[in-house]
Amino acid sequence: MNPRLTLATAARVLAQLRRDPRTIALVLVLPCVLLWLFKEVFSAQPEVFQQLAPALLATFPLLIMFLVTSVAMVRERSGGTLERLLTTPLGKADLVLGYGIAFGVLALVQGLAASGISLWVLGLARPSSVPLLLLIAVADAVLGAALGLGVSALATNEFQAVQFLPAVILPQFLLSGLITPTSSMAGWLDAVSRVMPLRYAVDGMGRLVRSTTVSTTVWWDLGVIAGCAVIALVVGSTTLRRTTT
Amino acid sequence: MTAIDIRGLVVRRRGNTVLDHLDLAVPIGSVTGLLGPSGSGKTTLLRVLVGAQRRTSGTVTVLGRPAGDAALRKKIGYTTQVASVYPDLTALQNVRYYGTLYGIGRAAALDALARVDLARYADRPVGALSGGQVNRVSLACALVSRPPLLLLDEPTVGLDPLLRRNLWALFRSEAHEHGSTLVVSSHVLDEAAHCDRLLLLREGRLIADDTPAGLLSATDAADLDDAFLNLVLR
Repeated sequence: MNPRLTLATAARVLAQLRRDPRTIALVLVLPCVLLWLFKEVFSAQPEVFQQLAPALLATFPLLIMFLVTSVAMVRERSGGTLERLLTTPLGKADLVLGYGIAFGVLALVQGLAASGISLWVLGLARPSSVPLLLLIAVADAVLGAALGLGVSALATNEFQAVQFLPAVILPQFLLSGLITPTSSMAGWLDAVSRVMPLRYAVDGMGRLVRSTTVSTTVWWDLGVIAGCAVIALVVGSTTLRRTTT
Repeated sequence: MTAIDIRGLVVRRRGNTVLDHLDLAVPIGSVTGLLGPSGSGKTTLLRVLVGAQRRTSGTVTVLGRPAGDAALRKKIGYTTQVASVYPDLTALQNVRYYGTLYGIGRAAALDALARVDLARYADRPVGALSGGQVNRVSLACALVSRPPLLLLDEPTVGLDPLLRRNLWALFRSEAHEHGSTLVVSSHVLDEAAHCDRLLLLREGRLIADDTPAGLLSATDAADLDDAFLNLVLR
């Protein structure tokens, strides 16, 4: 691993994104519009929005970065650039971390936009720590990018990559406590949801918004997400093969 | 001095023998043409040299090290048959990114684009360039670090005759003036005359390993096209 090559790769991925203003607009604007829509749908029950918004702030980075990374990596694989990159001094870790950093930066901007809208326009209760809220969003995004990287090894084209979205994200979404509190789920569902990282992001964001102080549970949540992101990055990087048969 | 030394190389893929007991050597500072019809194993051989293809048996030594050795990654420039560049970046951004991987800056990237005659298009997104231009951006990404060994998979395919002549002049100058070793694959046999040495592959077997002049006299042919036909039909 070489920090200079890692950063060069992150800069290259960001330069590619910069040339794609439509994707940037979708990544930044879509979560804000959806949050506003939720607010309007539950205009008669404002307490529902207070409950839902933190969970949505946790879900968007995972969902969107998963999608963007899986498609970008399928392109690297099918376009021949991956094979070529792996014949250069670039390490696998440089490539994987480069992607993680680039989408982490994008997630930070997305988190700022989505939480800014929620707090100052849509009237979400002020969280006990805004930086921690953003930190969870970024860790969550890096996790999404890492999962996308892993899935790109199973998909042979962009069509398939997109199909993996419901398979990887939807179960996490259902079991995250967003639809039903995890405490009221059947025991085995609760157990399954405990190994799904989105649960911790939803839990952490919810605690930050509901409470005026930062509890240690939030730090644990953040640690679990960051740990899952690291594991997913390591597993994802093993799918990059220098030698094939 | 040999840049590449191959002994008893066999590659089997799903029961098919793609490369069948190859023995060959490539001298340093030369342009070697790797010729043969499509499907004859040219790309597989280049992928073996770059370390991307698993071998079934045989030893392959590249610049004094076993093929695929990590130390070789700094010393080989490689282009795949399909231009492996990023269409959403400019020509210069592509070459600069590859240059950075070898610790090389902007001036060298501009120089590499000038060598493939694309200096004017440096700031054009690759997606807006023609097929032949995209191929040359990919080539510039391999040239940028001035590697001692260049492995180029069909770099002249689909280019007009003038451009092809210029590229072959570039390949010869990289070898004869800068001391690089080049292995250039092509399925266009009339490009053979530009090479110092020729390797002719057919169905995974090496059927000729000679200089263009040597090949003509060995086959008693009037031109290289005839020489190849004589060999293939023999």
